[in-house]
Formats: sequence, structure tokens, C-alpha cells
Amino acid sequence: MGLEEEAGGSAKILPPTEQELSAELDTKLQKYLRGEGADLEALKDKKLKGQLFVREKLYGNSAKAAAKFEKGGYLEAEGVEKTWRIKQDQLTREVDILSSRNQYDIVLKDLGPYTLDFTPSGRYMATAGRKGHVAIVDMKSMELIREMQVKETVYPYIYNRDGIELHCLKEHGAVSRLQFLKNHFLLASINKFGRTETMQINPYNGVVAVGHSAGTVSMWKPTSAAPLVKMLCHHGPISALAFHPNGHLMASCGREKKIKIWDLRKFEVVQTIPGHHAKTLDFSQKGLLAAGTGSYAQVLGDFSGTQNYSRYMGHSIAKGYQIGKVSFRPYEDVLVMGHSMGWSSILIPGSGEPNFDTWVANPFETSEQRREKEIHSLLDKLPPETIMLDPSKIGTLRPYKKREKPTKEEIEAEKEAAVESVKDIALKKKTKGRNKTSKRVMKRKVLIDKAKKPFLEKQMLEEGKVAGKKRNLGEETELPASLKRFVRKKAAV
Amino acid sequence: MKVKVISRSTDEFTRERSQDLQRVFRNFDPKLRPQEKAVEYVRALNAAKLEKIFARPFIGAMDGHIDAISCMAKNPNFLKGIFSGSMDGDIRLWDIASRKTVCQFPGHQGAVRGLTASTDGSTLISCGTDCTVRIWSVPVAATLESDHASNKPIEANAVYVGKNAYWAVDHQWGGDLFATTGARVEIWNHNRSQPVNTFEWGTDTVISVRFNPGEPNLLATSASDRSIALYDLRMSTPARKLIMQTRTNSIAWNPMEPLNFTAANEDCSCYSYDARKLDEAKCVHKDHVSAVMDIDYSPTGREFVTGSYDRTVRIFPYNGGHSREIYHTKRMQRVFCVKFSSDASYIISGSDDTNLRLWKAKASEQMGVLLPREQKKHEYQEAVKNRYKHLPEVKRIVRHRHLPRPIYKAKELRRTVIDAEKKKEERRKAHSTPGSIVTESVRKRRIIREVE
Repeated sequence: MGLEEEAGGSAKILPPTEQELSAELDTKLQKYLRGEGADLEALKDKKLKGQLFVREKLYGNSAKAAAKFEKGGYLEAEGVEKTWRIKQDQLTREVDILSSRNQYDIVLKDLGPYTLDFTPSGRYMATAGRKGHVAIVDMKSMELIREMQVKETVYPYIYNRDGIELHCLKEHGAVSRLQFLKNHFLLASINKFGRTETMQINPYNGVVAVGHSAGTVSMWKPTSAAPLVKMLCHHGPISALAFHPNGHLMASCGREKKIKIWDLRKFEVVQTIPGHHAKTLDFSQKGLLAAGTGSYAQVLGDFSGTQNYSRYMGHSIAKGYQIGKVSFRPYEDVLVMGHSMGWSSILIPGSGEPNFDTWVANPFETSEQRREKEIHSLLDKLPPETIMLDPSKIGTLRPYKKREKPTKEEIEAEKEAAVESVKDIALKKKTKGRNKTSKRVMKRKVLIDKAKKPFLEKQMLEEGKVAGKKRNLGEETELPASLKRFVRKKAAV
Repeated sequence: MKVKVISRSTDEFTRERSQDLQRVFRNFDPKLRPQEKAVEYVRALNAAKLEKIFARPFIGAMDGHIDAISCMAKNPNFLKGIFSGSMDGDIRLWDIASRKTVCQFPGHQGAVRGLTASTDGSTLISCGTDCTVRIWSVPVAATLESDHASNKPIEANAVYVGKNAYWAVDHQWGGDLFATTGARVEIWNHNRSQPVNTFEWGTDTVISVRFNPGEPNLLATSASDRSIALYDLRMSTPARKLIMQTRTNSIAWNPMEPLNFTAANEDCSCYSYDARKLDEAKCVHKDHVSAVMDIDYSPTGREFVTGSYDRTVRIFPYNGGHSREIYHTKRMQRVFCVKFSSDASYIISGSDDTNLRLWKAKASEQMGVLLPREQKKHEYQEAVKNRYKHLPEVKRIVRHRHLPRPIYKAKELRRTVIDAEKKKEERRKAHSTPGSIVTESVRKRRIIREVE
């Protein structure tokens, strides 16, 4: 009894502040641990067990070190009033000058509805108008790096940063949407035979999701001819798709004015948000969802962590301008909308990732760093086979499957397949009176019997085994005829 | 309302002067790295391929002897030098960096069977089939200035004549005693012309001897009667004997775990034992296809190198059953002795074709001074390759070694024989009462008995 007390007393008692900190650290740790630890108790190999134990400890230490590094999101936008009634002018007054420079409208009336895309670090933006106006803008200094007017807008063209046309990709014909996979250096395009313009790439695993007019979403990978998944999402045609950066949430909007949030692990609806007919959807790095409808952009946020999206902010641009594309700027609290008369940029506090990683995407990249990064990303180029629904399966071993005996139907099917293949053989045409019909029929019969022979032999073996077993059982209860009269029948009184 | 927006000032995130280092910011969140496992796998594959591209283990051959090399000795105080003795009595000191002879020690009439250097590096002791033990003093000046390269012959300090041919010699670590073996085990002092002590157990020739690096009074010997015997100098009688099914050619003690030793056996495997428990081998290392002639441990104690009669040199991990590396050349014939260099980077092999060959211990290692960035990169490549080396694509590249045709064939043959024996054993077991046939573990199988 005394020993127990001693043991209890010697346990470490942390001061209250340290207790809180350690609890916080634990929750943060989960993010860096990337799944559960291995079950080492089930291993019998002592050497392997020892080695894995050391490795697991190392992982724990590295996760702790990573969790300590995290500075924590320090962005909040609390509203005494409702957040979705706050207008951009009110925000301009509260934030500093540098941030207020991120709110602007650029009006270019002649050259068609504008669409835009950002580089992964958020430093550069490429915009293009339908009528052929292409521009590359440096977002840090708001400088126009390159501007050109292209004459042909049918096929996809690849230009370098000096505006020189490098390639023309005519194979796919007239393409309506392009998406780039940066880890694989692959370009996905969809043309008019796809009969849809809704195509989006899931950044988590690289699969291409296409929304169809029947309300289905199909997901594709480059190495298979059939789609990976076909989900029935909406009652009407799909108008927009977007993927959450964590890889298992998808937002889809249908013509019937509903936005649905899907969990891609279970392929189930998590939430339905009625009342929006969004032509374009986008998720931010922190999980805010922007929906662009007509000339109004709505931003929805999930603040309780339970995938329950509610209104966060909204913005309406000048009446009559139609929003074509909404896109969050990476690593900044900015939402840029491309519309029919140019593009506009607004502030959405809390949407961007505050801490960037220099080796992943650096908004302050120098040209030397950019060159090095390009070479490293080419060295780490992933083969197209790595595009799959569950990318965490790479590097794992397939579970050992015990080979089962083929069922009767399978054996029958194999037999029939063998017979069919034999029937197709063309027999030699003989001349000089040797080509009698009866002989040909006999020959065919012989061939078919030969093809069936191995299956019949196997069947005989099986039957022989079964009969042998039965015989063994039977012999015990079978008496010679002379003794049969002495067998007592159970029914006797 | 309280608003806070991300606003990064350029000064905080860029460097002030071009002499400063660039600033690096980290965020280890897995969400920022999609497909990280696939990227790691691609890197592991590339690391495995690069390792094979840079794998050039052979550095050079040291030419000079005119007969097969029978023994080698390391100088504990001098990293660059190695002694070698050949079958015609020629002993040379080599400078490994320039691969040239520094000086010669002529004198032996027959084959030199054993060479050893004292712990302070000043004395060399050799023994041979001409029944003599010769003591030489190593010229310090010559070893320091290796470009002096005078093939100056050196006179022996002392010649002790014995009754029978000597087979091996080894020097005590830190002491001034050395042991020679032949008809019996004899302990000598440098100054005395007669052995100080003699051990005899059985009547067969004792063919190799090794002193324990951690316990200077303990030594292990192997004899022609297929036994391994342990002797303690403080006791006047031999301590323990282990009889196996085949003869042990050479023994090496693990310098980091001095209680363990590994014996190179005639039956193509090496057996690691714990000296306290000789009834069962700790590990059986099987990969050679012919008798293993010599064995030497790396100073790290984590791997050892073996040279075999099948013309190959293999490197084994200290606790692993199979070799991690094999070295062979068309010109290298039967390997009679191997040594691991004292900085664990090189392997020297002496063979039948009168050459000493210098190899790298890690075939794809970049020699010389590495920048810290290079070092980190190599470590990363090694770690990422080890993480995925069990997967089929990476495993295929990492495991692949070109084997000479005779060795490949011999291996296949051994494999077939072993499989056939195993199958027969299994069938015998299946057809007899359960428990009547007991398979002996591999670690015990080759041991006949232990004698006190």
C-alpha cells in the first residue's frame, strides 16, 4: 500500500499553465502525425519491432517540433453586427494602407468576360479576356509584366514570359477549359465533345472531376478509360465545382439553385445550402467558400469546424456585370473576381494561409530561387500513375490475399471460353476428294473434346476425392449381409 | 468590429544586403503538401538509381609481390600504412594513399603465415613456415614521409627459431605479449627468445589466433579439428572449446561489443557467437558459395568484411544473415585475406594473383571533404531510400548486383540443394508422428558440442 502511494506521489504534476499548453500542443500534434501509429504489439519479429519502435519515437519528436513552429492563425474578423453586412468600404477604414491597396476594380470594357488564375505562391496572376486579351500581372507591385493580344482563340497555345508562342496544341481541338497539375506537369483540357464546361482538378490527389448536364459528377484518372467514380449530385445540370484543399470536401452547385457540400471519403452530402445559383465556386486555403452568382459574390465560412457553412461576407459589383470566375489569392486575404467588364479584388479577412513555407511556395521568391525550384520540381515530377483517389496508398503493401478455388461458374465459364476459341479455328481445305463433310465434322468434334479434356479430368479427380471420402464414411456403417439381421433398429420398443 | 488582414511587409521577408543569407520560413502543415508520399516515393526511386550510377567501389591495386599474398596486418597507430606478407617470404609495408611500397622486410625463407603489429605501431612481428618468428622495428621516418619511397630493405631485430612451422600470430592489445600458433598455442614476450607460456588442447594444428580488443587477456583460436577454443592468459589452462562440423579459417572479435566474435568457416558461412554462451550461434551469415578464408570487423562494429575462396569479397551487417555488398573483379583470384581500414572507409583485400586491392566500404560514397549541404543531401537520399526499400520497384534496384557467372550458377545450385533438402525434411515430418522429428535451428545445427 505504501508503495502505491509513493508511485502516485512521484508522478509529475505540471503547473496549470503548462497543463494548458501541453493540451494545446496535443491537438496541434494530431495534424502533423499523419494518421495513427503502427500497432507494434502484433509483431513477432523482435528485431523489426525494435527498429519500428525507434522510428515511431522519431516521428513523435518531429511532429512535436513541427507543432511548436506553428505561429497560429492570428486573423479574426469579429462582428458586433453580422459579418455578412459589412461592406468593403468599412473594411478600408480599419485596415492599413498596404492591405487597402488590394481592393480595386479594373474595368476593361471591350475585350470580353475575363477569367483568371494564380501561381501557387500567389505572386503572379494571369488574366485573359474572351476576345483575346492576355495579361500577366505581378500582384505584389501591381505591375503589368506582359500584355498581348492573341488573334486565335480556338486552340490552346503555350507562351513563355516574353510572350513568344512556344506550342500550339491542336490534338484536342477547340478546348473550353484548361487545368494544370503542377506536381505531374500535366495539362488537362476539355473540349466540346465533353458536352460540359464544368471541370475541376482535386489538388489533393490530382483526379479530374467533370460535372455533367444530368446532374452527375464523374472523376477520372489518366491511366484508366473508365471513370473512377460517378456520383449523382443534383437534379439539374452542374454549374460549378470546387475542392477543399484538405482533399475530402467538394462543393457542387446545380441549376436548381442549391450548393451541396460532399464528403469524398464516404461520398455523402454533408450540407445543402439552398438559394444560390452559383456559376463559379472556389475554396480558400483556410476553407472559406466563395460563390459567384450574377453580380453578387457570397463567401461562406465554416466556423465551428463541423462542416456547417454559414454566411460570412458578401459583395456585389456594379449592376449588369456578370461574375465569370472567383478565385482566392493564395497566402493573402484577397478574393479576385473576373467579370464581363474586367476584374475586381476585395478583402476577405481570414481566407489566406498566414504562414507560408519557403520550400513549398514563396511569395517573395528571387529569380535564383525560382530557377532552383523549377529544377527541383522537374526532378520530383510524379508519373501519371500516382493520380488515384486515395494517394496515401502509395508506399504501402497490398494485403496478402489467399487464393481461393475457382467456383463452379468460373470453371464453366473457362470451359466455354476454351471451346469457343477452338471453334474459331479454320480447318485446312483438302482437295482431290479428301474433303468429305463427315470427316470435317469428326475433326471438329475431336478438337472440341480435346479442349474439354483437362476440365473433365479435373472434375473426375474432384469427384474421386469426394467419393473416396464418402466411401470412408460409408465403410464404417456397412456390415456384411449375414450380420445385417442383427442390426438393432432404433424404432424398436 | 475588429478586423485583421494578412499584410506582409517586404523587409521582414527579404534580406537587407546581398551578403546576407536568404530568409527561410517554414510551415510543416501537411495540407500545404499534396501528394507528399508520391513525391517521396519518386525521390526514393531516383536516389536508388543515383546510388547505382555512382557505385564505383574499386579504387586501385597495389602491385609488387611476386607470389600469392597470405596475410596482412594493420598498423594501429598509422592509418595510411598496411603490411602484407606473401607465400615466398616477402613482407612489405604499403602506403595506401599512393599505393606504393614504402619498405620491404626480407628474411623469411618460406611462406609468411602471420603478420601482426604491436599496439604502439613500432614493432612488426611475423611468423612463417620456416619455423621462425621474426621481430622487426617499423621505420617511423619512412611511414611519415611516404614519398620517400625507398625500397630499402630492413634488417630484422630478432629471429626466434622454433620446432614446428608457425601458422598464425597475433599481438595483445595494449600489452607486450604476442601469441603464435602452429602445433600449439605459444605466448611470447618481445625480449625473450623462448615462449613465456604454452597451451595445448588436443593434437591438431591450430591455424588462427585473435586477441580480444576489450579484454586483453582473452584470446580465441581455431584448429584443424574443427574447433574454436577460448584461452585466458591469467589461467594456466584453456577456458572453453566449441567443436563444429567444419573447420574455421579465421576469427574476428567485434571491436564495439568485445564479447562477440565471428568465425569464418569452411562451409561457406560465418557464425557469430557470444563468448559467454557458445552452445548457440547468435547469427549465421550465409552468402558465399565457397570457403570463407578471412574476416575482419569494421571499427564501428556494425559490419564486417569477408574474403572467400570463391574470388569475392563480401560485406555483411553484424546482425544480418545476408551480405549487403559484394565486390569482385575478373582479375582477382582466390581472396586469402581482407582488412577493414581503421577509418571504416576502405577495404583492402589480398589475393592469389599477387595483388592487394583497395576498395571503398560504401560503393557510392563520395570521398574527400564534403560541404555540409552535400552531406545533408546524401543523408536525406539514404534515409528516403531506406524508407521505401521494401517496395518492389525500389527493392529491385537496391538489391541488384552483377554476379560473375560461376558464382551465379553456384548460388543457384546451392539454392536448389537447400530447397530439396527442406522439402524432404518437411515430407518426412508430415509422414511421421508429430513431434518425433525435431528440426534443429540453423544456429545450433553446425555445432557438435561444447567442451569445458
